[in-house]
Amino acid sequence: MTDPAVPGSAPGSAPGSAPGAGLSERLTALFWRRPGLLVALLIMPPLLWLGVVYIGSLAALLWQSFYSIDEFSGAIVKEFTLKTYAELGLQQNIDIIVRTVLMAAAVTVASVILAFPIAFFAARYARGRWKAFFYLGIMLPLWSSYLVKVYAWKLILAKEGIVTWAANGIGAGPLLDGVLALPVIGGGSLSTSYIGTFLVFVYVWLPYMILPMQAALERVPTSMIEASADLGAGGLRTLRSVILPIAAPGIIAGSIFTFSLTLGDYIIPQIIGSSRYFIGQAVYSLQGTAGNVPLAAAFAVIPIVIMLVYLTIARRMGAFDAL
Amino acid sequence: MTPAVEFSHVSRLFGTVRAVDDVSLTIPEGEFFAMLGPSGSGKTTCLRLISGFEMPTAGEIRIFGAPSGDVPPNQRQVNTVFQDYALFPHMSVRDNVAYGPMVKGVPKAKRHAQAEEMLALVHLDGFGDRKPAQLSGGQRQRVALARALVNEPRVLLLDEPLGALDLKLREAMQDELKSLQQRLGITFVFVTHDQGEALSMADRVAVFDQGRIIQVGSPSEIYERPATRFVADFVGSSNVLSPTEARALGGADRWASLRPEAIRLLLPHDPAARLSGRVTTVRYLGAGTRIGIEVEGRLARELAVLIPAGQPVPAPGTMVALGWADPALHPMEAAE
Repeated sequence: MTDPAVPGSAPGSAPGSAPGAGLSERLTALFWRRPGLLVALLIMPPLLWLGVVYIGSLAALLWQSFYSIDEFSGAIVKEFTLKTYAELGLQQNIDIIVRTVLMAAAVTVASVILAFPIAFFAARYARGRWKAFFYLGIMLPLWSSYLVKVYAWKLILAKEGIVTWAANGIGAGPLLDGVLALPVIGGGSLSTSYIGTFLVFVYVWLPYMILPMQAALERVPTSMIEASADLGAGGLRTLRSVILPIAAPGIIAGSIFTFSLTLGDYIIPQIIGSSRYFIGQAVYSLQGTAGNVPLAAAFAVIPIVIMLVYLTIARRMGAFDAL
Repeated sequence: MTPAVEFSHVSRLFGTVRAVDDVSLTIPEGEFFAMLGPSGSGKTTCLRLISGFEMPTAGEIRIFGAPSGDVPPNQRQVNTVFQDYALFPHMSVRDNVAYGPMVKGVPKAKRHAQAEEMLALVHLDGFGDRKPAQLSGGQRQRVALARALVNEPRVLLLDEPLGALDLKLREAMQDELKSLQQRLGITFVFVTHDQGEALSMADRVAVFDQGRIIQVGSPSEIYERPATRFVADFVGSSNVLSPTEARALGGADRWASLRPEAIRLLLPHDPAARLSGRVTTVRYLGAGTRIGIEVEGRLARELAVLIPAGQPVPAPGTMVALGWADPALHPMEAAE
């Protein structure tokens, strides 16, 4: 289109693309004319990373779960079969799955209950110095080593630990013994019972619930809370009908963290709790000493399926309507 | 008759800032009352004192004769149309409108029927299934109105409800609000910083400045007989003359207001000419042209003159003579 005799003056030639301009000017002009190209170039590397490293490895994992193991030689048979999934249905494996899911659900519910008042205060009342204090208080435990925290909790919850000592000191020793005498969740001491596992899970994952929840609650405009009161609603009604639905995506995001982190963890239940397996421990031992990678892969698929089901239900219930 | 809303010596302090400063006012039932003032003048705080979202630091507010001191917002017989509409994004338009009845425990079928009726009242029949995000600004405004009116409030509070709408829509909504108020006979308390809106809709206007009410009166009183310099300037950008200047023009020794549209341009030697000067600025407004004139002689200052459309407009630099009828020079009551 451009007439070479009068560069840049012909109709239809962009001002930035005059012949003789430097490479960077010409690139700028190209990107200006085709904005999609720039976006594509910028998004390509992270997209490749996401595609190959995340989705790709997940697909490889899924693939492995359809292989099986030869019971005599211990070698992996690379043929498509549902045998491994049938193995997953054995009673001892079902027990592991149920145990892990119940623990993850309990940890999530407790985190929601504990996190909500904190997040609500931080989002709607804390200002300036208080807000800084809040962020520091939430983030500080995340900066220290996970293992150190878990071992610290083992000492705290041990039979000779500070919790037992304090309970005896205030005369609540029999109460603690009573709780530990409860079937299933009880045990010899807090550090060897499900209660201990639960407490440590809640402690470790709580910040992951508070932060998204607080961000979501901050997004609820004050005028909507006032509008609800203006229309005659009391505090609880406003909480149920306005605040929670609008903040639901954040609460769901937080619960994805606490739920999936608990589903996949294999260190906390190994250090604190009864010696019964959780999914994470099962995966760890199956792919390690047992060398049964297909079954480990099948176990690893369980949390993914559970999360998909959970999100589908949340969506059906309208948790994302306010997005 | 008991007034709908009554303020007696109400103040509201935020720290040391007097957002509302010793305000007393009476709004009779069925009145369309406008609170007019620049931002930060305390008008919105006054509205929030009525709705109960703010509590007075001093003084008392009565709503239909009953002191409102201990009544929380959700138990007041007033409803608010919020500035940003505050529609619930996760609910359909119908559920938004039916929210008030739902809270009161009205069964679903009945409250949905009420909501449809209210939506018809604001000309939004058939929009019940939509989400607020699927509506235009004007439609959202109507939903907010319907959501407040469904509760049959005795006082409807409107906080700059037309601020976010474009001019055409704003004018249409002004007419609609006015006719709605007349049909329903509810007391409307309307907050705005737009003097045109206040003058065209309200039965009475209260002009606010720095937390105080400067003047309360009918729109024509406010416009034609401003009590203070502030009112004269804020409502219709009048020429405000100092006592010295007013005396020089043959007026009383007081602050005075001379409306730009009351000044006529005359030929230089017209016997009715009172002043002469040079045109400095010309601002075309469509329905008229506002010109600035640097006056010479008895009065050395700039005066604004509004020339109605269709009349010749002098070019900048032209010498003109100015004249006006005696009553146009309005002396103000307040000494300041």
